[in-house]
Amino acid sequence: MNVNFEIAKTHLLAKPRQTLIAMLGVTFGIGMYILMISFMQGFNEFLQDTLLSSTPDIKIYNDIKTDFSHSILDEIYDTSKTMNVVHHPKPKDITPNIKSSARIIEDLKSDERVLAVSPVLSTQVFYVSGPVQINGTLSGVNILEEAQLTGLVSKMKTGKIENLLTIDNGILMGHSLANKLNVRTGDIVTLATPNGTSMRFRVVGTFQFGVGTLDNVKCYVNLSKVQQLVGKDNQYVTDIGIKLKNYELATEIAAEFANRYGYKADDWKTTNASAMVSILIRNVMTIVVSFTLLAVAGFGIYNIMSMTIQNKLKDIAILKAEGFSSGDIRTIFLTESVTIGVLGALTGLLLGFAMSSGVYSLPFPKNDFISITHFPVVFHTKHYLFGLAFGIITTFLAGLMPSIRAGKVDPVAILRG
Amino acid sequence: MQKENNKISDETKASPSGRFGGAAVLKAVSLNKFFYEPEEFHVLKNVSFEVKKGEFVSIVGKSGCGKSTLLYLLSTMDTDYTGEVFVNDVLLTGKTQNELAKFRNEHIGFVFQFHFLLPEFSALKNVMIPIQKLGKYSTSECEDRAYEKLKWLDMQNFATKLSSKLSGGQQQRVAIARALVNDPTIIMGDEPTGNLDSTNTKIVFEILKDISKNKGQTIIAVTHDLEFAENTDRIIEMKDGEIIRQ
Repeated sequence: MNVNFEIAKTHLLAKPRQTLIAMLGVTFGIGMYILMISFMQGFNEFLQDTLLSSTPDIKIYNDIKTDFSHSILDEIYDTSKTMNVVHHPKPKDITPNIKSSARIIEDLKSDERVLAVSPVLSTQVFYVSGPVQINGTLSGVNILEEAQLTGLVSKMKTGKIENLLTIDNGILMGHSLANKLNVRTGDIVTLATPNGTSMRFRVVGTFQFGVGTLDNVKCYVNLSKVQQLVGKDNQYVTDIGIKLKNYELATEIAAEFANRYGYKADDWKTTNASAMVSILIRNVMTIVVSFTLLAVAGFGIYNIMSMTIQNKLKDIAILKAEGFSSGDIRTIFLTESVTIGVLGALTGLLLGFAMSSGVYSLPFPKNDFISITHFPVVFHTKHYLFGLAFGIITTFLAGLMPSIRAGKVDPVAILRG
Repeated sequence: MQKENNKISDETKASPSGRFGGAAVLKAVSLNKFFYEPEEFHVLKNVSFEVKKGEFVSIVGKSGCGKSTLLYLLSTMDTDYTGEVFVNDVLLTGKTQNELAKFRNEHIGFVFQFHFLLPEFSALKNVMIPIQKLGKYSTSECEDRAYEKLKWLDMQNFATKLSSKLSGGQQQRVAIARALVNDPTIIMGDEPTGNLDSTNTKIVFEILKDISKNKGQTIIAVTHDLEFAENTDRIIEMKDGEIIRQ
């Protein structure tokens, strides 16, 4: 073993308690970093998965605006001298559907970036079962196409999606909604539209996306049934859902589609904007807290190394007299702090893994909005590698300044006394 | 004593090939040094002298006369001076700190007033470190050589003891073993017996004398102890930064 390393080792072992305390600073910092990132990332991934499985990558729909700021009169009568006033403007009765939806769907299907397309007719309805009335949204879909867009198949709680095709007037119902209506698979439920029409459906399955805003309000029936319910033709759809081969490209492609078809197109990030913001905030928080923890550990090491070197001025002087160069002295003390860093980081990884495993086994408090049984925690190798590297770099930097100072010690001043 | 010393110095002046013949091991040429703190002070004024191989030289003088400063200039640890220092005809002035460190390791051994042993290491390890630094021998060879030196100083029984657990005289002997372990050309002592009682002073002096006489290694020691100085081969006396007698 190189004599510099041997001296560093002896120094570390001569004061085991001090070494251990310096190490524990790093251990705790890295451990908490691993716990934070595993848990936060786990929650983010869980949330993103849920969002992706419950919303299409891109949704094209007719965004109806009632804008009275501009009147067609202005194009006929000069407004430079007079002002045109329209009393009690009332918008024309507009149907919110996507015109020539069949052509758009054909066009989308020929686009090679698109994996699947599903036409949807959404409408507000009242669910009536005996005395209970709950309002919600009804989606008329071709269930096999819709299943390609979302994770519906894996989210089925009871029944199968194919039941919609085999059973006349079948309905797939959100699990929480079914609970509120007190209906089960096989029960009959009445749906009433705002226009006053109503229709009876038989519950053939329930689903649970784990998102309260869906499970509490949403139902699926066959597209043709909804068209019948609202009294429209078989081309009448309000939304077109699209699944892409690469969902990361959704933002750019959505803009392109909006431009091409003249309808509004939202990518999944826009649809779930509030959730995306919370993901971002969690990421930032994780980074800030982890950095703070490691910086504190770094200052601890800086302190301990500075004190050690202050106590070892005589030893440094005699080593220099014996023929050790400034570089050798630097190496000795830098080795000490990096050793503390490596050992601290490794035990920190273990601690982090143990704590993450502990959190992973904890049951998640039951609630209506997210359906998970335990805390979501991920175990990614890259987090552990990053933690190790970060720990070593921090202690290296913390040890660097005291070590450089140790190297600059003037032996004459100390040996002369 | 005075007479005898004069005789020795006359001898060396008159015939360089006298008792300590051959080339000078150490040569200092017009060394000048200033201190700037707290105020400018001319510590060494044009100091020149030579030391031959195997000579045991003591430097004496009152406190503040510059004798320690001179020693540390010669030791290569202090490089802030004008003039030239040669060891074995190699000019050391102007070399880089790293070159000087390597040179010290190989050619200069130090014995200080305080032992300056590394407290976390055993006596043997303290002696081993300079030879390990030399990097010429395997670890077991280093250990053998270090042990041999301890044995020569009658310290073999304390080899595995922590240096901080030894008595003052024992520590100084370990320190001497450490200074000798690389068989340096010159051994420099800064009050090597300054912190020892008379018995231990005697022992240490005899050891040093033996080294210079039988091993041919040169010794330069700064001392306050006149008895010590008078028993050395040559006394260099300094006053106010100048050599007044050698």
